[in-house]
Amino acid sequence: MHNPDAPQDPIDRFISGAGFNPRDWTAHMNANGHSGFLGMRYCDHGDTWIELAFDWREDLVGDPETGVLASGPIISLLDNATSMSVWTRTGKFTPQVTLDLRIDYTRAATPGKPLIARAECYQLRRSMAFVRGIAHDGDITDPVAHAAGIFMQIDGQEWVK
Amino acid sequence: MKSTELPPYARAMGMEFAGIENGSPVIAMDYSSRAMGRPGFFHGGVIGGVLEMAAFAALAAELERQGLDLRIKPINISTEYLRAGVPERLFARGEVVRAGRRVANVRIEAWQSDRDRPVASCWMNFQLSPKKT
Repeated sequence: MHNPDAPQDPIDRFISGAGFNPRDWTAHMNANGHSGFLGMRYCDHGDTWIELAFDWREDLVGDPETGVLASGPIISLLDNATSMSVWTRTGKFTPQVTLDLRIDYTRAATPGKPLIARAECYQLRRSMAFVRGIAHDGDITDPVAHAAGIFMQIDGQEWVK
Repeated sequence: MKSTELPPYARAMGMEFAGIENGSPVIAMDYSSRAMGRPGFFHGGVIGGVLEMAAFAALAAELERQGLDLRIKPINISTEYLRAGVPERLFARGEVVRAGRRVANVRIEAWQSDRDRPVASCWMNFQLSPKKT
């Protein structure tokens, strides 16, 4: 059970739901694991959208001949940004998982440039959140990828192990 | 990409080849802290990365069989996440549905300890073009 006197782990603090601060969340939750490996950072957010980014790195390359980023890190960035756009819109953290995510690669990311994702939660239902996002390398009108996805709300007990 | 080579991102994540089934390479990856999404589970983007690598490998193998040396560019990917990716070895294998002159369509599945309980199912389309010389 929750003990108000015990020092709180950041995860417990987010799950207990004292508002959702995208910058704070990125600093704590994106510092480790895969997001930490990619070096994901917070850029900006509004009422229903958020922007995250990571820097180009040699070990994230998918095509050694051209230096173009692999698409795995692009999926991860769009997955994180679209997921966080839901909590940005609702103003609180609720456990959710990716139901599906579709990504259209509109052009190759420019080698050496940071990759930025701007994601928006455009519709909310009780158990589903509908999201979309754009990844670009400096000019949002010339995107690298477009994403559309759905997140499903789940029981908090299932979310962490 | 040749069907027997993995790019820097795949190697950094610990992906490797784990045999060939019906002509398509199986890609395997052990769980590690750099693959973690929500605490204790694979990141969905990492599962996506493994699915995509399996798609590339399946298509490269198919083109090699046909004796074609073409440029492969991803057009799009759509992934359904069916189960949580638990901290165990993850596998993925693609199947080329069609490889035409300009476009190839690939279906991919990822699984863990139980092959009959896939973690994710995915399709991917690729653009094929002559290599620039």
